[in-house]
Amino acid sequence: MNGDKLTKTVKTIRIDVDQCNGCRACEVICSAVHAAPKYSSNNPGRSRIRVITEPMTDVYVPVYAGEYTVAECAGRDKYTIDGKQYDECAFCRASCPSRNIFKEPDSGLPLKCDMCEGEDEPMCVKWCLADALIYEEREEEVEEQEEQEELEIGLEAMADKFGMQKILDAVSRMSVKD
Amino acid sequence: MRYAETGFNLEVDLTRGNIEKVATDPEDTELYLGGLGTNAKIMWDRVPPEVDAFSPDNLLIFAAGLLCGTPATGCNRTIVSTISPQTKLMAFSMMGGFWAPELKYAGYDKVILRGKSPNLVYLWICDDKVEIRDASHLKGKGAIETAELIKNELNEPKAQVAAIGMAGENKVFYASIEQGRSSASRGGIGAVMGDKGVKAIVVRGTKDINVAQPEKYIELCNEVMEYIKWREDNPIQGVIPILAILGSPQEMAIHNEQWHTENFMWGNSRVRRKGFWNDEIAEEWTDTLNNARTRLISCFNCPMKCGATLSMPGLPTYMMKCFTKLTYTMAAFSNLDFGLTIAQRATEYGVDGYSAPQVMAFALELYENGILTDDDFPGMPSDTEGRFYWMLDRIVRREGIGDVLADGTYWAAKAIGKGADEYAHNNIKKQEQLPLKLSMLNPIYFLMYCTGEKINITQIEGQFPQAPFPKREHREKFVKDWFQVPDEKFKQYFLDWEFRGEFSNPHYPTPEMTSEIVNWQEMMHYIDDALGMCAGVSSFHMKPPYHIHNFPKFISAGAGIEMDEDKLAKAAKRYRTLVRAININRGMRRKDEKPPEDHWKKRFPELEAELLDTYYKFKGWNNDGIPTKESLHELGMDYVAADFEKRGVYAESKDVAEEG
Repeated sequence: MNGDKLTKTVKTIRIDVDQCNGCRACEVICSAVHAAPKYSSNNPGRSRIRVITEPMTDVYVPVYAGEYTVAECAGRDKYTIDGKQYDECAFCRASCPSRNIFKEPDSGLPLKCDMCEGEDEPMCVKWCLADALIYEEREEEVEEQEEQEELEIGLEAMADKFGMQKILDAVSRMSVKD
Repeated sequence: MRYAETGFNLEVDLTRGNIEKVATDPEDTELYLGGLGTNAKIMWDRVPPEVDAFSPDNLLIFAAGLLCGTPATGCNRTIVSTISPQTKLMAFSMMGGFWAPELKYAGYDKVILRGKSPNLVYLWICDDKVEIRDASHLKGKGAIETAELIKNELNEPKAQVAAIGMAGENKVFYASIEQGRSSASRGGIGAVMGDKGVKAIVVRGTKDINVAQPEKYIELCNEVMEYIKWREDNPIQGVIPILAILGSPQEMAIHNEQWHTENFMWGNSRVRRKGFWNDEIAEEWTDTLNNARTRLISCFNCPMKCGATLSMPGLPTYMMKCFTKLTYTMAAFSNLDFGLTIAQRATEYGVDGYSAPQVMAFALELYENGILTDDDFPGMPSDTEGRFYWMLDRIVRREGIGDVLADGTYWAAKAIGKGADEYAHNNIKKQEQLPLKLSMLNPIYFLMYCTGEKINITQIEGQFPQAPFPKREHREKFVKDWFQVPDEKFKQYFLDWEFRGEFSNPHYPTPEMTSEIVNWQEMMHYIDDALGMCAGVSSFHMKPPYHIHNFPKFISAGAGIEMDEDKLAKAAKRYRTLVRAININRGMRRKDEKPPEDHWKKRFPELEAELLDTYYKFKGWNNDGIPTKESLHELGMDYVAADFEKRGVYAESKDVAEEG
């Protein structure tokens, strides 16, 4: 196994908040492309991207729906960037109980961005003529060995702390549970 | 299932506090499309000519265009219709922004207000939940301030708010309805909203809008998008910057204002300042705009950046678009810094950026000429800028002379007397116009000014170049990719149009050609106003992405109404005629259809009469501008003819003709 390299494709959308003109075309096309049948309806309420805007304070942040979470954060911080104040939530991708975005309006089920699997590029990127959303795909080489090394370093540290027997017991218990 | 539209209107009786969700008739959509078209039908059916602007029986209709809320780029307009207190005719001012699509997503095509609320209220529409809420705490608040306060108290950051400021509350005849970067400003519709006791309409929606043929529809949308990108890379050569590129126009993005500052008039539409624009001013104004502008912004689902967020030192942030950028500056003979600073206050007060500066410049002219005196302006500062603030504050409160000026230049001049009407010189049908004074009559513009019932040149012009191009080769190049023309003959009209000689203004284009051109220009605006399309990607422009060839496809695939070019042209003609019919019943006649006397230096009474004769005939109107029985029958509108008969409209018109 040593030295084996795996390649994986990492899909990213580079978000340039300075370019965003707040038009919400991304929300429109997202909800349309995910409608069933495709493009049959449109409703930004169902979109997996939302532009969080506060025009009076010049906050324009397109955010993609990420993981669902059952709990909201304990403390919600505020960030000041270049003199503008942002809620921490303005950057958060979670479908969470603290807000009503990234949930199907009627069922309340969480929504998650799928990068428009099957399309050439995410449709929100295609429809963003302001260049606020740029799609980037890159191949990343992942060295298997490194992960292995990391694992062993970690286990050694755990064994030092708890003793080897406890680690072995824990591993066997976990494997039974699976 | 209804496509593109929701099939429901919200009927709100403010007197009784009653709210009903009412299903609409799909046949009306086929005949009148939506937006302005169905608004006109409702106005015709329910607001007879005896009802004046401030009667509880006047309606105030907020309509989302037929295709608003679908993915069609730039389709986001709210069409507000009512009877204007200023013109006493039907007003149908419009605004972009985000309000109309949100209304569609809430499940409604229109909000129809009738009656009057005893107390100041706002309407809160959140999907199926609709409430009339107390707004006494918002009395006197600015329009933008109000929007922020309401969104906070409802804890609904995504709600869209259309609100009036103090001008609307106090029924200023040119009060606007403000919605962030957009406003519906013309005709004093904000005054009607204030009269009804409604401070704001707030809407939030999370429902679906369906389209009939999804794949086809998105393909049409993508074609438009591709063309918009192409147009961005290929601006039209040889025309002024705002006409070269798409947009409503993109005034906030443009620094070079040579054309406006040197061709439009300053003050009370009086002084043309040739050679005004120089390097120094260019630099100063560029700095002003760059320092004020925090971001260029767009309306819903549109890549054009026509608006901007502006922050002037020490003042709350506001948003602006279009030509209000320069109207205060030029009316006060001042600079851009003044214009953008006073516009902040004017936006919060909610006044029309065309009328308000002109009214104030008019008042100063009366003062300078001794018609108004120091007694009328107690405590007014001595500098022009200070005087503008002083007057603005009094107009929106209707205090002292402000109460007179709040009715606009036409009615103010009547009230003041002493020859003041000579100074109210830039009106059409009692409403202030853009400050343009030109030399040679242009037959196309003559007809547009006379007959445009939006009473605003930017809301009828477009498609056809404003002036001939000097060289034939340039014209040939222009027509090469001009596929938007409804007929090839328009290319020839333009190719032959010269600056001098036989084929030049005012005798060319001929009255027949002029009629066809103006009809095309007007038709495209009326289609936009029914569909909710912004003129900035459509009717206002030469070579726009939306045109008579793709609109029928959008309507078929979007709304599921079988449509072709002829059927669409006929529908547009139908509700355009209905707007005229409403105004005819309100007394509008040929005598009212004229540009300001001094609009052109060189006038041609015989030709002008021939132009109107020819155009009226072309439109199916009699010589007094009244739609004939035959043309009404052809449009399936015998009900209008019957009403005209009943009211003696034709008989009276015949008398006039015979006397003439």
